[in-house]
Amino acid sequence: MYKMDKGEPFWWGMFSVGGVVAALLVPVHIFLDGLAVPIGLLRADALSYERMLALVGHPLFKVYLFVLVVLPLYHAAHRIRFSLYDLGVKEFRISMDALCYGGALVGTGVVAYVLWGLL
Amino acid sequence: MGEKKTITLTVTRYRPEQEEAPTEQSYEIEFRDDWVVLDALNHIKDRVDGTLSFRWSCRMGVCGSCGMMVNGVPKLTCAAFLRDYYPGEVRVEPLVNFPILRDLVVDIDDFMRKLKAVKPWVVRREEKPVEEGEYLQTPDQLAEYKQFSMCINCLLCYAACPVYGLEPEFIGPAAIALAHRYNLDSRDEGREERKQVIASSAGIWECTFVGECTEVCPKDVDPAAAIQRSKVATTTDWVKSILWPWGKR
Amino acid sequence: MSESEPEYPYKAYRRPMPATWWLRNRKYFLFMMRELSSVFVALFVLLYLYAFFLLSKGPVVYGEFQKSLRSGGFIAFYVVALLFAVYHSCTWFRLTAKIQVVRLGRWTVPGSLVTAGAFMGWIVASAAVVYFLAM
Repeated sequence: MYKMDKGEPFWWGMFSVGGVVAALLVPVHIFLDGLAVPIGLLRADALSYERMLALVGHPLFKVYLFVLVVLPLYHAAHRIRFSLYDLGVKEFRISMDALCYGGALVGTGVVAYVLWGLL
Repeated sequence: MGEKKTITLTVTRYRPEQEEAPTEQSYEIEFRDDWVVLDALNHIKDRVDGTLSFRWSCRMGVCGSCGMMVNGVPKLTCAAFLRDYYPGEVRVEPLVNFPILRDLVVDIDDFMRKLKAVKPWVVRREEKPVEEGEYLQTPDQLAEYKQFSMCINCLLCYAACPVYGLEPEFIGPAAIALAHRYNLDSRDEGREERKQVIASSAGIWECTFVGECTEVCPKDVDPAAAIQRSKVATTTDWVKSILWPWGKR
Repeated sequence: MSESEPEYPYKAYRRPMPATWWLRNRKYFLFMMRELSSVFVALFVLLYLYAFFLLSKGPVVYGEFQKSLRSGGFIAFYVVALLFAVYHSCTWFRLTAKIQVVRLGRWTVPGSLVTAGAFMGWIVASAAVVYFLAM
C-alpha cells in the first residue's frame, strides 16, 4: 500500500544544500552588490566593468559563481513547490512540480552557458 | 465572602441525529482557581448539562485522551488551567483536522491506521528464543530514542499541523516520530520496512517543517526533529546507494 | 480493531480548511514568510547573474545597467531581499541545530551551541566574501 518514493531524496538533498549556500553567502552578496555602493561603504569602481571582467576570468571564481547562483535555485524551486501545496493547490500537481524543478534545471543550463560559453 | 466569581465556557455542540452542522453552547459556571478546563467540562456534565460528550481518562497528562482546542490552541484539557484564561471566555472546540463524531469527540481511526502501518514495535528478522534471555540495552542506547518514546498519542500535533489539515493522507507527526523511535532502538531491525511507509509520498516528504507539532507537544517529544532527521537519514541512504550500490544496507 | 464493532450510524462532520489558514496566527504567518524568502533569494541570484551576463555585452551596456541598479526601485528591492535573506539565514541556522545532532565522543553538543557555531560560520563566510570582492 505504501511505497518509498525514490525521487524525493534528490530534490530534498538539493534543497538542503541550496539552503546552506543561500544562508551563508546570499545576504553579504545582496549587501555588497546592491547597497554598499549607494550608501558609500564601497567605492563605485569596485563593481566596475574592468574589475568584474578580471574577477570572472579566474576559473575558480566561475565555479564559485555557479554554486552561488544555481544551488539557491533548487532551494527556491523546492520551497515554491511545497508552498503551492500549502496554499491549497491540489490540481495539476505534476505540472506545477515540473515547472518548479524544470525552472531550476533550465537555470542551471543558462548559468553554465553564461559563465563558460559567453564569458 | 463577596460575590462568586464565574467564567464562561463556550463549547462546540454537534448532535448528528438532530443537526446538520456543529453549533455552540455557552455555560457560565463558578470559577475555581485550581480547576483545569477538564474539571469545568466535568462540572458541566455532572451538574449542568449531562448531554455534553467528551473524552478523558487519567486527568494527569499521561493518557492522551482529553486533547481539545482551547481558545484556538490544541491542548490537553487536564493541563489547561482556567485561571490562565480568567476572566475571559474559554472556547473549547474539538481537535481540528479531525472529523467530529459528537460534541468534542473526534474520529481518530485515520491516525490508528497510520500508527499501525509504521509498525510501532520492535521488529526482528528472527525472534530470539526465550531461553536465550532478554535483549540487553545500555543506558546510552536507551538515551538514543528515549525522547521519542514519550509520545502519548494525544494527537495535539495533528491538530497543529497545517499539512495534515491540507493533505489527509499525510502520515503525520506522531506516527513518524514513533517510527523514528523504533528505528533508533538498538533491538530493532525494521528500519527498511518502515522506510517504505515513512519515506513514501504520504510520509516525511510532505512535511514542510512548520514546527508547530513540536510547539504543542505536551511531552517534549519534538516530532519535527524526528521527521527532519528521518529526511536526512533517508537522503543519506539514497546517496550511499548511488555512490556505492553494492553496499549492505 | 473495529471489524466486529457496529458502524457509527451518523455522519462525522468535516470542517473545511481555508487556503488562508496561515493568516490564522503569528507562527503560521512567519512560517509563510520564511517560505517566501526563498523567492527573493532566487530573484537576487538571477539578477546577480544577469549583471555578469551583461559583462559579455561590453563596458557601455554593463555601465548603464550598473547605473540603473542605483535607482529607487532597485534599492527598495535590495532592502526587501536583504531582509528576507537574513530571515532565511537566521531560521535556517536555528533549524539546522534540530536536524543535525552533533556528537563529540559521548557528549552531545547542545542545540544552542550548534546554532552559535553556524552563526560564527556565517560571519566568517561573509567576511571572506567581503575580502575577496571588495579589497
